[in-house]
Amino acid sequence: MSAGAPTSFERGGRMWLLQRVTAAFLVVVLAFHFFLLHFYHHAFEITLMGTQTRMQDVGYFATMWLFLVTATFHGVNGVYNALVNQGISGTPKTAVKAILGLAGLLLIAQGTRVALYMNGFLA
Amino acid sequence: MSQSYNRGLVEDFSRWKEFSAGMWAWIFHKFTGWVLVGYLFTHIAVLSTAIPAQQGEMVTNSAGEQVSVYTNTLSLLESTFIVRLLEVGLLAVAVFHILNGIRLLLVDLGIGLESQDKTFYASLVLTGAIVIASVPTFMAGIGGA
Repeated sequence: MSAGAPTSFERGGRMWLLQRVTAAFLVVVLAFHFFLLHFYHHAFEITLMGTQTRMQDVGYFATMWLFLVTATFHGVNGVYNALVNQGISGTPKTAVKAILGLAGLLLIAQGTRVALYMNGFLA
Repeated sequence: MSQSYNRGLVEDFSRWKEFSAGMWAWIFHKFTGWVLVGYLFTHIAVLSTAIPAQQGEMVTNSAGEQVSVYTNTLSLLESTFIVRLLEVGLLAVAVFHILNGIRLLLVDLGIGLESQDKTFYASLVLTGAIVIASVPTFMAGIGGA
């Protein structure tokens, strides 16, 4: 390996590819999210009833849930990559991996719970 | 053949005048990424008010009406000037991260390797233009407007 900053890239690893696949998906969905909730609907006009109506549409619900999962993976993995890039190694690296992994799972669990309440599945 | 770029110590802030366009793109992408992941956690926390709202929790809003805690939380946040300003900042951060992210995906595919500086400047200019054009929409309805 040539000299330079430590890299999270592993030859043959899947994380590098997943980071880019989720990026391509997020480019589209994040732009859609901003357009829908700031330009089509205005953020200050959002009500529980409007959110319920949108979330009861299966396609919209699935898109938003995938948005949650991919954004969490992309964000948490991005933070991990940034820390590896800064030179973190050994026990701190293992601890960071565990903490970020747990934080990501908790966020997905809570986000899923919120989404299921929003569409009326949980009440 | 993989190559690695020695970026030196970014933490040595006095070096900023020596930074190339690629270095700024790297710094801005990291910074905007940190902001977006921080916002993601905050966003889910705010949206979690939908849970008590679905269980029937109502509050009295500033107009004296009974509304759900979710509707009231979002409406209160959206009526605050600083929140609107932060939303414009969030838009700037998200648009730059998207545009620079597209640039990075293209570079990974070997497209535009010779014009990486120009595409970085284009990302900045386009981000500025989109954010400025969006300010009226993002500030709509504030202060009774």
